[in-house]
Amino acid sequence: MPNFHAKVQVSLRTSVLDPAGEATKSAASKLGIKGISKLRIGKAIDIDIEASDLNEAKSQLELLSDRLLANPVIEDWTLDLNPASLSSSN
Amino acid sequence: MTIGIVVFPGSNCDRDVFWATKGCLGIPTRFLWHESTDLENLDAIVLPGGFSYGDYLRCGAIARFAPVLSSLIEFVNNGGKVLGICNGFQILTELGLLQGALTRNKDLLFICETVPLLVSSKRTKWFANFQYGEEISLPIAHGEGRYQCSSDVLKKLEDDDSIALRYSKNPNGSINDIAGITNKAGNVLGMMPHPERACDKKLGGIDGRGILEALLGN
Repeated sequence: MPNFHAKVQVSLRTSVLDPAGEATKSAASKLGIKGISKLRIGKAIDIDIEASDLNEAKSQLELLSDRLLANPVIEDWTLDLNPASLSSSN
Repeated sequence: MTIGIVVFPGSNCDRDVFWATKGCLGIPTRFLWHESTDLENLDAIVLPGGFSYGDYLRCGAIARFAPVLSSLIEFVNNGGKVLGICNGFQILTELGLLQGALTRNKDLLFICETVPLLVSSKRTKWFANFQYGEEISLPIAHGEGRYQCSSDVLKKLEDDDSIALRYSKNPNGSINDIAGITNKAGNVLGMMPHPERACDKKLGGIDGRGILEALLGN
């Protein structure tokens, strides 16, 4: 079975207050970084998965992202999926 | 009449609830290990506070898949009473038995104090021992208790009279001061405050007793 590599990015929905992001933004300005208008903290999840083809890998990872990795009530997610050989540098 | 308290790895209020229900109120109580699925002869179930599965990924996200919770959904569908306290409330929202989600407190603080609350609904039996609008005091102890939901869900909660408890002085940024909600059927209550920590005058208050007594009400 071919291997695939995926990265799932989970972010708080824009309508949900991100107090940790706000605190980090405030710290960034104290570091002297200027011009940051948005800083939101999310999660990045690295996954290696075996599947018969890209479509199967995609459907499995979409289920995983929607039902476990993210809570759709407060979070959005994006999936970046590639054959493992293309992402071996990761 | 027996109630069950689910014990997950990382639960830390399970014994407090047992102390309150069995010790203070004399209600027969037994623990339910998270891997068991036997809910026979139970009249009500409590999901206690704590940090189930280390709060990994999100509070309550992993606990949702515990075998005991498959049985719990059936228990709820058959009209069984379930009380989720703090982490138990978070689990109930992850499980979809209650709507919305609990998120990081507005000011990032873990808040551990006794707070004033308003009984905001008399629709269910959970607050049969209280008056509508009555102010009660219960301890809270959470870092992720800011209740969030969409405006559609909020309207539905209000239309269904499902907002059971509100903070008098919102400590964590919860939408519409929400501290506890019920499902539409009224047999499931989730709340961030800890009634089990307010069952003995020596510990500062007894406002929690009336809520835990409702576990056995009809």
